[in-house]
Amino acid sequence: MSDKLLTGPSPHILGGKSVSSIMWDVVIALIPVSLVSIYYYGLNALTIIVVSIVSAMLVEGLFMAIRHKGMKHALGIRDGSAAVTGLLIALIMPPTAPLWLVVIANAVAILLAKQAYGGIGNNIFNPALVARAFVFMAWPSIMTTWSNPLNFGTWFADLTSGATPLGGAEHSLLEMFLGNIGGCLGETSALAIIVGGLYLLLKGHIDWRIPVGYLGTAAVFSFLSSQFSMQDVAFNLLAGGMLFGAVFMATDMVTSPTTKKGRLIFGIGLGLITMFVRKYASAPEGVTYAILFMNALVPLIDRYTVPKTFGEVKGS
Amino acid sequence: MKKFPGGIHPKYNKELTAEKPIIDMPLAKKVRLLLSQHLGPPCNPLVAPGDKVTIGQKIADTDAFVAAPIIASVSGEVTAVDALGIDIACDSSNSEFKGQKQDYSSPEQLRQLIRDAGIVGMGGATFPTQVKLTPPEGKSINTLIVNGAECEPFLTTDHRLMLEQGEDLIQGVLLLMEACGAKDAIIGIEANKPDAIAHLTDIVQAHSTISVASVPVRYPQGGERQLIKTLTGKEVPVGGLPLDLGFVVSNVATAVAVHQAVNLGRPLIDRVVTVSGAVAQPNNVRVRLGTPIAELIDFCGGLDPDAIKVINGGPMMGKTVADLDSPITKGTSGILAFTEREVREYEERTCISCASCVDSCPQKLLPNYLARYSKKGKLDLAEQYHLFNCIECGCCSYVCPSRIPIVKYIQTAKNRIQRRRRK
Repeated sequence: MSDKLLTGPSPHILGGKSVSSIMWDVVIALIPVSLVSIYYYGLNALTIIVVSIVSAMLVEGLFMAIRHKGMKHALGIRDGSAAVTGLLIALIMPPTAPLWLVVIANAVAILLAKQAYGGIGNNIFNPALVARAFVFMAWPSIMTTWSNPLNFGTWFADLTSGATPLGGAEHSLLEMFLGNIGGCLGETSALAIIVGGLYLLLKGHIDWRIPVGYLGTAAVFSFLSSQFSMQDVAFNLLAGGMLFGAVFMATDMVTSPTTKKGRLIFGIGLGLITMFVRKYASAPEGVTYAILFMNALVPLIDRYTVPKTFGEVKGS
Repeated sequence: MKKFPGGIHPKYNKELTAEKPIIDMPLAKKVRLLLSQHLGPPCNPLVAPGDKVTIGQKIADTDAFVAAPIIASVSGEVTAVDALGIDIACDSSNSEFKGQKQDYSSPEQLRQLIRDAGIVGMGGATFPTQVKLTPPEGKSINTLIVNGAECEPFLTTDHRLMLEQGEDLIQGVLLLMEACGAKDAIIGIEANKPDAIAHLTDIVQAHSTISVASVPVRYPQGGERQLIKTLTGKEVPVGGLPLDLGFVVSNVATAVAVHQAVNLGRPLIDRVVTVSGAVAQPNNVRVRLGTPIAELIDFCGGLDPDAIKVINGGPMMGKTVADLDSPITKGTSGILAFTEREVREYEERTCISCASCVDSCPQKLLPNYLARYSKKGKLDLAEQYHLFNCIECGCCSYVCPSRIPIVKYIQTAKNRIQRRRRK
């Protein structure tokens, strides 16, 4: 026996979840999407993904080493949160995004959107989407240059420019479901996104209320505003970045509500804003701004959706 | 069957002792009986150093209503009396208890017998049983709920009692019903104890007023509010008691103690303790109250060499033992030892708002905000967020990926508010 017994608060046993296990699970959930992006966009996709993850981790590691004055603090990147941010940023880049722009996007995400607020857990806005908003405003033409997917086996070929469904390209719903369309690297294949989303649901890392609230609201909005066209509903759910945003961006733990009711309201708000932008604003896509806007409302949503505690008299 | 909100599924580890019959531990040379072994004001000693006491003798009591007297668990000589407890040097020749059936003619007298026997809730809460059984003016008790859930990992004392002393338990349940005026009783047992469920179901066939219910395995199923919800679908009001719904909840070990006190005249002088975890021979041991924890551990072969933490109670809600010479009390349901690997201390990290704590809270609280407000000293906000409805079950701390000791922060806030109120 040891000479001195440990004392401390209960409980004395802990569950197996840790911040890093969650973050690496998110990386695993993004693997199908990443593979599909490499399948459709070849070497471009692969290099963007690698450069993005490496730059996110480097920037985060360097910043932590400087801030806490010691190289050992750079090891904080082992928690995987920077890797998630880097991978997410890669997957919302157009296939022809230059690598310098990818690095800038990651620097903005880590430094401006995350560390400036105090690091993991303290940021208000989704870092990857802050980065996207930033580079989109700074280099709009690069961020709206789209390419056609490659054919099977031609992964080293040059990409040819093309359009996205929201930009007017004609595609069958099946092609949109599989991802054989123009768009950001990770946003094209609904199938791969759903597979990753189911994994996160199964692991308990995301709450169905956010994606279901988001997509459900968007579906109803689109159904009502298109004179009841199911075609329009399917198109809106599959086109652009809504599915990817609903599954991987809006569900970011740090920047979404913690109450159950709050998560549903958050999702509904996202659906309304996204569809409003798509239908009535001059921009073709509204996912980024919808999520950033709703991020800002999270503390307020939590404040007004405090659940009735166990045994609280109903209606009091 | 209804579901209570939240809850978790920790590793139960009950197989270490579930099959081990209860064994009696020989008397210790010396016992120390604490003056506060119940929820409520401590007792005042009725003996002085040098006094001879006999087993079963009342040695401390108080006029306070919410209290239970302290009974000498051995015969011998009082060697010391201090502010916290009474030491008795054991005279092993006459420390076997002999008693007889006690007579009573009214529920009041029955409750008095229960009080005189020093009986408190033995599931760990140690609320004086006779107080619980006394319905306040204008209220009546309909149903006695007998708590055999035993949802804390490792612990198997209630399980063994149900198996080995099923008849005694049912006799105790009948006495408890009579004492509080309940018309019927439900014994709730977690489904992971099918042998106990079958055994008791068998026995209660002779008693139409008692039923046995298998309840789902989910911690904290044995929390009284959670068990009531599961068995009856009702929620005990915030700040209220099960009594407000006409229920009284009592642990199976308490029922057995009541049977022994009334039918055998044997007051609460010992209890069954699960000794498990990093010890040489995990076991269920019947041990005299006041026995030093160290001697009980030695009786079970001693701690493993790498044991680093000893817990009084279960791993979710038990308290750490700093001094192994401290004694077994009425509320000690387990003595568990853990190695460094099992109770590794983690550095607390920033909350990432994952809401795992919110989803696991059986009281439907927002533990993330309670911890945050406690840390920032925003006590009023913590109270607004129903701080005092927290039962400290530990689910939130258990699931937290940032390893935030949420329960500790909640306890800190509760203590600070209570201190502020007293001023």
